[in-house]
Amino acid sequence: MNLTLKVWRQKNAATPGRFQTYPARNLSPDMSFLEMLDVVNEDLITRGEEPIAFDSDCREGICGMCSIVINGIPHGGHHGTAACQLHLRHFQDGDTLTLEPWRAKAFPLIKDLIVNRTALDRIIQAGGFVSVSTGGTPDANALPVPKDIADRAMDAAACIGCGACVAVCKNASAMLFVAAKVSHLNLLPQGKAEKDRRVLNLVKQMDMEGFGGCTVTGSCEAVCPKEISLSFIARMNRDYGAAIIKS
Amino acid sequence: MPLNAQIPSGPLAQKWEQYKFDLKLINPANKRKFDLLVVGSGLAGASAAAALAELGYRVKCFCFQDSPRRAHSISAQGGINAAKNYANDGDSVYRLFYDTLKGGDFRAREANVYRLAQVSGAIIDQCVAQGVPFAREYGGLLANRSFGGAQVSRTFYARGQTGQQLLLGAYQALCRQIGLGTVKMFPRTEMLDLVVVDGHAQGIVVRDLVTGQISSHAGDAVVLATGGYSNVFFLSTNAKGCNVTAIWRAYKKGAFFANPCYTQIHPTCIPVSGEHQSKLTLMSESLRNDGRVWVPLNKADRAKPPAAIPETDRDYFLERKYPSYGNLAPRDISSRAAKEACDAGRGVGPGGLGVYLDFADAIQRLGQPIIRDRYGNLFDMYEKITGENASQAPMRIYPAVHYTMGGTWVDYNLMSTLPGLFVIGEANFSDHGANRLGASALMQGLADGYFVLPYTLGHYLATAKRPRPATSRAEFKQAEADTRAFIQRLLTIKGKRTPTSLHRELGRLLWEKCGMARNETGLREALRRIPELRAEFWQNVNVPGESGDLNQSLEYAGRVADFMEFAELLCHDALHRRESCGGHFREEFQTPDGEARRDDQNFAYVAAWEYQGLEKPPVLHKEPLQYEEISMSTRSYA
Repeated sequence: MNLTLKVWRQKNAATPGRFQTYPARNLSPDMSFLEMLDVVNEDLITRGEEPIAFDSDCREGICGMCSIVINGIPHGGHHGTAACQLHLRHFQDGDTLTLEPWRAKAFPLIKDLIVNRTALDRIIQAGGFVSVSTGGTPDANALPVPKDIADRAMDAAACIGCGACVAVCKNASAMLFVAAKVSHLNLLPQGKAEKDRRVLNLVKQMDMEGFGGCTVTGSCEAVCPKEISLSFIARMNRDYGAAIIKS
Repeated sequence: MPLNAQIPSGPLAQKWEQYKFDLKLINPANKRKFDLLVVGSGLAGASAAAALAELGYRVKCFCFQDSPRRAHSISAQGGINAAKNYANDGDSVYRLFYDTLKGGDFRAREANVYRLAQVSGAIIDQCVAQGVPFAREYGGLLANRSFGGAQVSRTFYARGQTGQQLLLGAYQALCRQIGLGTVKMFPRTEMLDLVVVDGHAQGIVVRDLVTGQISSHAGDAVVLATGGYSNVFFLSTNAKGCNVTAIWRAYKKGAFFANPCYTQIHPTCIPVSGEHQSKLTLMSESLRNDGRVWVPLNKADRAKPPAAIPETDRDYFLERKYPSYGNLAPRDISSRAAKEACDAGRGVGPGGLGVYLDFADAIQRLGQPIIRDRYGNLFDMYEKITGENASQAPMRIYPAVHYTMGGTWVDYNLMSTLPGLFVIGEANFSDHGANRLGASALMQGLADGYFVLPYTLGHYLATAKRPRPATSRAEFKQAEADTRAFIQRLLTIKGKRTPTSLHRELGRLLWEKCGMARNETGLREALRRIPELRAEFWQNVNVPGESGDLNQSLEYAGRVADFMEFAELLCHDALHRRESCGGHFREEFQTPDGEARRDDQNFAYVAAWEYQGLEKPPVLHKEPLQYEEISMSTRSYA
């Protein structure tokens, strides 16, 4: 099959970018989306042009590195699928696809389809952890955790930190990302001691990084490759309200 | 020169406790005077960086990804072993130790493996305290499952994402230290050289992958936690960025490289679908608990739809060859059996490189919902990649390179032959011998980082008492100049071939000649062709772009250049080891029924190679494997 790609090319943050059109020929429907980009890049290198810069690493949908907006939707809009797990059989021969980077004030562009997402790391650094140092911890079974609570915490902890939720949000809000981490840790007894300061610190850091506010449209949940539930945002808002009252 | 592994004296079970007492300590107020450089932020690197910073050291941590949370540890699915005996099924430190040593085909260092089993329980305690959401029973206690190569249930897991959750635990511990200012994190930064001052590892040269800037960092010690080298085969289950560069360049600076030929092939991966394939995807081997592996009995049937092949015309080859372990035979044995069937022309799918993994019987026995509940996420993953539904037709699987047991030689302190250079996690060779058991990689990474290195590194600092060099010293300037020259050389060739095409050619050669089964003729041919291919690389590679910019082709070309050199050492080691053991199968050394034949008389040693320059063969140093506690036996899973 053949596709036409309209790709955002931008040398760096200081240089204006633009769309450039490339043909992608002789593709197999069994190829992954990123393998298709590999083929296009091989072609560009052979012709002496600069290949398209894009992030990817595990290519199994778990590391969270890949980050491409395909036809206006982060990761391409296939339920629970990161761009690296998307395969060409979902497209029609002759389709034209638009490829863009994550666009958000808090994610400055680095090059082409690559952005800087260290703002998400700084949010975790502000309190997305349990303050225990190595050693001296009690036996793992000393504190039972009800299975449904552990499962719920795991649902939230499954977040891969890709930032698709930010990229799709009209306000570029990182609420789903923050809510997932707050919920993961606040649900578990191990995280309870720091419950209030955690939610306050994470939300404060999110605001400082320049992410927008949440208007609960739910687009974040729709594009999340790990299908993190919007209900975690409601959960976090409860924790936040309670913490504000206490503070 | 026989290598001294610094194994403490005393009874095996008391070595580590006694040794910890004997190690020199550093006063808490003095720890902050030391700068430590940790390269890599996976389970081993992140846990080490966090644990060292908690103790009070000043740590710098480097990773090539955009965030430390992306490291390849994140892809581990199955679980982590620990000798907790929560299942009351007879597990113990000794049993985990013995299983690991036996699984490694008696090619690992006894004292290291015992220590690993000893600290395994503390790892689970630590991770639970960090908030890792392990699977639990209804009573609220932790759940366990069984895994290949063991007869007890000692594997802790978090759905099919155990690696992710453990890594996030370590990442969050690291983030806490970054927030406190005790760790300075350098993402998108790649180590390109090790700096040795007066025989001690005291610095690194790195490239900022965004700006292209080359700079040096000096430290009182260097820790490499840079993972394995599976990507030398081009196609592997490793993440695209995984590479041998850091440990290879350390090797060229004097750190011996041990057992490179011990590579693990995982039996249950999704087969290659075409020439475009960029990497392979692993499916958890837990699938083999309910799936039955088969190929058509007759070559003529291999193109038929599986449903059209009657029961009598199928060969359930694992059940036939290994009746007691059946479909749960260890990884190396299952992989070779699959290759054998395909080599005999009975493989299925594109290119005849696949075998069926069939759930029809299990679905009939247990019902669709139970199978969905157990393997739903894996079936979904399979469908995403292949477009096929595994509950209606059997999966197709094929072995793929997955993990490398070899790595930098380290002593009991996890220190390499270069004083001050510590190597942890998959990057070292220490604990898995010739074959790693499932759910043991995560255990080793975290054991090294949380519970071993923080003790042994302190002892080194307390005894070495060396001044930290300034980065203006000649050694740093030379290493920087060499790095710049290397980059310039890559950029000026502007030949006709892409780095990918050369890497793919190298990978294919290694897979054929030094993959699942090896023989002298093939290895000699590989050793002849690798230098030719390397020469072709340096004459004809085309690396576009510039050095002062984000340039992914340049990053990749540098890694391929190192693979081109490393591949030769890999084949060299495989050729010299004239026995079959674990992941290293030499066709000349097998029993009449095709099982590996180990040679304890001549090969019960760790092969540690010393670099002599590219044109000269490396020098072999042997560390004899002496077992004080156990006696070596023939591994049997029949």
